[in-house]
Amino acid sequence: MASALTIRNLQKTYKGGHAALKGVSLDVAEGDFFGLLGPNGAGKTTLIGILASLVNKSAGSVSIFGHDIETDLASAKACIGLVPQEFNFNMFEPPIEVVANQAGYYGIDRKEAFRRAEANLKQLDLWDKRRVMSRTLSGGMKRRLMIARALVNHPRLLILDEPTAGVDIEIRRSMWKFLRKINDAGTTIILTTHYLEEAESLCRNIAIIDKGELIENTSTRQLLNTLKMETFVLDLESPLAALPVLGNHKLQWVDELTIEADICRADSINTLFTELDAQGIKVLSMRNKTNRLEELFMNLVDNATGDRAAS
Amino acid sequence: MNTHEKLVALKTITTKEILRFSRIWIQTVLPPVITTALYFLIFGNLIGPRIGKMGGFDYMEFIIPGLIMMAVITNSYANVVSSFYGSKFQRHIEEMIISPTPNYIILLGFVCGGVARGLTVGVAVTIVSLVFHPLNIHSLWIMFSMIILTAILFSLAGLINGVYAKSFDDISIIPTFVLTPLTYLGGIFYSINMLPEFWQQLSLANPILYMVNAFRYGFLGVSDINLTTSYVIIFACICTLYIFSLYLLKKGHGVRT
Repeated sequence: MASALTIRNLQKTYKGGHAALKGVSLDVAEGDFFGLLGPNGAGKTTLIGILASLVNKSAGSVSIFGHDIETDLASAKACIGLVPQEFNFNMFEPPIEVVANQAGYYGIDRKEAFRRAEANLKQLDLWDKRRVMSRTLSGGMKRRLMIARALVNHPRLLILDEPTAGVDIEIRRSMWKFLRKINDAGTTIILTTHYLEEAESLCRNIAIIDKGELIENTSTRQLLNTLKMETFVLDLESPLAALPVLGNHKLQWVDELTIEADICRADSINTLFTELDAQGIKVLSMRNKTNRLEELFMNLVDNATGDRAAS
Repeated sequence: MNTHEKLVALKTITTKEILRFSRIWIQTVLPPVITTALYFLIFGNLIGPRIGKMGGFDYMEFIIPGLIMMAVITNSYANVVSSFYGSKFQRHIEEMIISPTPNYIILLGFVCGGVARGLTVGVAVTIVSLVFHPLNIHSLWIMFSMIILTAILFSLAGLINGVYAKSFDDISIIPTFVLTPLTYLGGIFYSINMLPEFWQQLSLANPILYMVNAFRYGFLGVSDINLTTSYVIIFACICTLYIFSLYLLKKGHGVRT
């Protein structure tokens, strides 16, 4: 499959000497839904800023659908749609103008610009608000407005920098549905997010950056397969007097009617129930304690920090 | 981007800029009209008759071109500096930077917005001046070319100020401490021939003097300054500021990290 994004040895050192990116290399295939994860200050926004030409790189190369941002910047820019982390539209313009003006900057005629703005605002449930001042929109509406704006030039590569930050669950889920739809239609998507459930649910491939370095770059499935243990929370029918001792599973108290069980991914979950049943303990319900990716993410970041300290 | 797409982008930025100052016309168009009307009333009507003739014309007739020019200068400058800094402050300048629109189109778009506001206010002030004195036109072409060139020049200057500005204070320092004194000392209210030799020579270092006098020539057919010299100086200033503005935008000064 063709490459939507090719990054080689990308470096960014800010004035004052802070190295935000220390030689990052990665590829994003055309049509991919790619997650870019990392803790705060890891360098994700700097990387996205370089792709969108809001940040000047210090070294390395970036190519977007074969267009090098050094030698063919205008063509590279024409392929991109950006939803930044912070609101960056004119708060004193109505949404219809925010979106249509963005189309104009891509050379799209006014009539067509308004036609696309109408389609995008309708798709993102903002059509009723098209004439109000943008500053009066709610946080979730403002996020959706930035998505509507980013899609107006029909980008081949959509970059979303924490698009669901601060929006409620209902809107977040509807945004996921919308993003899946445009990805299915062929748009390559790069997503950064702090909601690891979001990355796990949406992304086919994931890269993790920490302190300006790439510490993982693989498929989401492969990444999750590296998890050795999972923790389940069990709700019991009746209170326990003492914590039972099981042969293959470590248990912990949560309260008298709830316990946690660590289960090795290689083991069958049936053995846990067999052992509990043998001790007369009845389980009413069960759920995953933590987000699986979250656990993995923490392990990777902790390991990377440990490696750096050791070296 | 092909030529048609670039023109669409230019039209988009210009329209956006015109809509911006039109929406807030009470802040942008009305105040300079009222202020200039007061100048006409106080300096022209009340004090003017006591001053007598200036350059062979009634004082009111003499100050009208200068006051129109002053309104154009301050408004074209103010429009671009406030709009550019506002777009930096709210970060919506990023909308243009991430797009394939070339820097010179962005620059021209802001300049067109500045010229549009300068001309709007200029026309409004001219209409108000008719209440006080009939319009005397010596050369419509000189009047028109000079007002356009001046508006372009101060729009470019406003953009440079907007690029460097880091706070709202920074966008008022230059207009208050540089632009206003230079405008007042640029021969709006007097002919430099009235000044002692030293001050006459010093006045020649003020670029606004050339614009006011050339514009006045368009109305009255008289000027303290040679007309060709005025055009050469204005063109030179425009070229210098245009190249410098483009350089700042290319470097991303104040807008890119």
